[in-house]
Amino acid sequence: MSATPAAQTSRAPGAAFIFKKSLISALVALVLFSLMIGVRTEAGSDGQLTYWTRFGDLAAIVAAVFGGSIIIELLRQWWGPVETVRVVPAPVQSALSLAGRFVAPVLLVFTFLVPVLFYDERYILDLGILVLTYVMLGWGLNVVVGLAGLLDLGYVAFYAVGAYSYALLATNFGLSFWVCLPLAGILAAFWGVLLGFPVLRLRGDYLAIVTLAFGEIIRLVIINWQSLTGGPNGVTGIPRPTLFGIPLTPGDDGLAAMLGIEFSPTHRIVFLFYLILALALLTNWVTIRLRRLPIGRAWEALREDEVACRALGINTTTTKLTAFATGAMFGGFAGAFFATRQGFISPESFTFHESALVLAIVVLGGMGSQLGVALAALTMIGGFELFRGLDQYRMLVFGMAMVLLMIWRPRGLIGHRAPTVFLQRQQAISSDLVKEGHG
Amino acid sequence: MDYFAQQLINGLVLGSIYGLIAIGYTMVYGIVGMINFAHGDIFMIGGFIALITFLILVSFGLTAIPLILLVVLLVSMAITALYGWTVERIAYRPLRHSFRLAPMLSAIGMSFVLTNYSQVAQGARVKPVPPIITGGYTLHEGAEGFVVQLSNIQIIVVITTIVLLGLFTWLVSSTRLGRDMRACEQDQTMASLLGVDVDRTISMTFVIGAALAAVAGMMYLLYYGLVDFFMGFVAGIKAFTAAVLGGIGSLPGAMLGGLLIGLIETLWSAYFSVEYKDVAAFSILIVVLIFLPTGLLGRPEVEKV
Repeated sequence: MSATPAAQTSRAPGAAFIFKKSLISALVALVLFSLMIGVRTEAGSDGQLTYWTRFGDLAAIVAAVFGGSIIIELLRQWWGPVETVRVVPAPVQSALSLAGRFVAPVLLVFTFLVPVLFYDERYILDLGILVLTYVMLGWGLNVVVGLAGLLDLGYVAFYAVGAYSYALLATNFGLSFWVCLPLAGILAAFWGVLLGFPVLRLRGDYLAIVTLAFGEIIRLVIINWQSLTGGPNGVTGIPRPTLFGIPLTPGDDGLAAMLGIEFSPTHRIVFLFYLILALALLTNWVTIRLRRLPIGRAWEALREDEVACRALGINTTTTKLTAFATGAMFGGFAGAFFATRQGFISPESFTFHESALVLAIVVLGGMGSQLGVALAALTMIGGFELFRGLDQYRMLVFGMAMVLLMIWRPRGLIGHRAPTVFLQRQQAISSDLVKEGHG
Repeated sequence: MDYFAQQLINGLVLGSIYGLIAIGYTMVYGIVGMINFAHGDIFMIGGFIALITFLILVSFGLTAIPLILLVVLLVSMAITALYGWTVERIAYRPLRHSFRLAPMLSAIGMSFVLTNYSQVAQGARVKPVPPIITGGYTLHEGAEGFVVQLSNIQIIVVITTIVLLGLFTWLVSSTRLGRDMRACEQDQTMASLLGVDVDRTISMTFVIGAALAAVAGMMYLLYYGLVDFFMGFVAGIKAFTAAVLGGIGSLPGAMLGGLLIGLIETLWSAYFSVEYKDVAAFSILIVVLIFLPTGLLGRPEVEKV
């Protein structure tokens, strides 16, 4: 797919062309931002709207767009036409498999060592817990989206079901975290099946919108069913987790006293870190094992071609329902963990934004690649944290990053696939060739 | 009965606004086959631009309300259409031949960008406007003193919707652009072989969809008297629900779906509970899709191997 020399010369436009193009961009920007940036409205104390102008900001932004588009055009010329590679070339493939072989264990060992290395840095430990939570959610959703090819935009519903199951069971009946964890998983899986039934016949975008609606329904019910869930105020006083019954408190029966060491609040953080790491690794392990079972093969077959699947006698109903249930179960586990970590949950934590974030992690991770999902979660959540100082610009930057990453790598950061089943030799292909399923 | 009639009127007005937004979803879906998640936010931007234009005009001392409305309508349609064009150009065109999830995620990202852009640019607080169009007609006075009213603004919303819908149906069925759009909907490769500029047609689809969303945004502003940066999300989901309910890709379907969603929402709030009105709308979407997976007026999708 290389361009002909003639095409290449015509692809190298002159300075005048670049100038003209940038001028058009600047003009478009001027019109776009003229009212939204150039004029600022605010309701005064008496409810009367007033406005004032900000032409300086407007000029700065338009100038930035002009300069930016010149730079982009120059970069584009310098880069040259983009070639499409279908089968990943052998050297890249071997490098990738080498990296894959080493990156995963190195990352794993590093993750295990994080609480040791950064014992005194509470911020890094908290961030690590957050990243691992999203890694787990990503791996859970990966079963539904990456393996079975069912587009789920309401994954946060199961996260919420898990969190509220634990929170309500623990605060109302005093059940311990270790009893509630499986219960939360089972309840979430139950909801997964409940959602799965109506959407069995739906495909693609219909499935997307129904799952989105389902996520919203769960959130709205949580907000409005005040007698059970506390409504917008949420559930407070959720018990902290214990090490199989031994609390991590400064008291005499606490873990610190038992081990004869001095108590420190960091112990609990470290414990939470290893807890979510264990849960995430469990998710990963189960997924990897399931992929080798007939059900996992059926998921991947379903993603590639549903009609062919049915023709081969695969029961698509159970295949879809198990995918939903399995994904939902891991979401429920993660939710229970979230509740016990926070000690407080409210419907605000379970908005569509979370679903979109987890879906972005799965897609950026290359849809189905376990390592990719982990790396994408690290990139997204870590990157999101980097911009914490920017406050209200943070979501703006996040949205832009999502758009740019999609344009740059639509197939995810790790855009290649190693097949689960192969004839003579394992050959990785670009994930352009992998279908995404029709839901 | 009077109460019901009043709710019916309110529901139809709300449904018209949803229908206008839903047309944008359904057109884009028909041609490009993607959910334009940013469309709800385009609607919100339309509302904001209408508000700002209105403020500027009033501060310049304009008092003729019909003139103000016309200028506000044209300005907000023009600028919002440019937003639609830019969003397509930046976020969707590079991904046109990519796999299906990529433009969808890009659209979700774009939706975040637009929401937060207007929050940063215009602040997070709700922007109220005083009622611009007042007055109305009393249709019926009930025995218990309950009055069925039809306000002027409601008439304007419904008439604007009907006029735009008629204009738009004419555009799609009888103009060169409409023919190109229908051709692209069926087969983009074949259309481009026959001399249809596919890129331009798709851009125009986004432009028209955004312009209609701007009208909806302005109607929303007039009807409810406020805009805020977050209103695009819920309105967007409901309008998409309407598009799916009516059968995605079908223009009359989008309008019908919009009216149904508006009616369901209003009647549910009137007779059951206001809190659960969104739950009702979404539940009905799910129920309809179980029994009619292609929506009310949609064509069944042919499965090919």
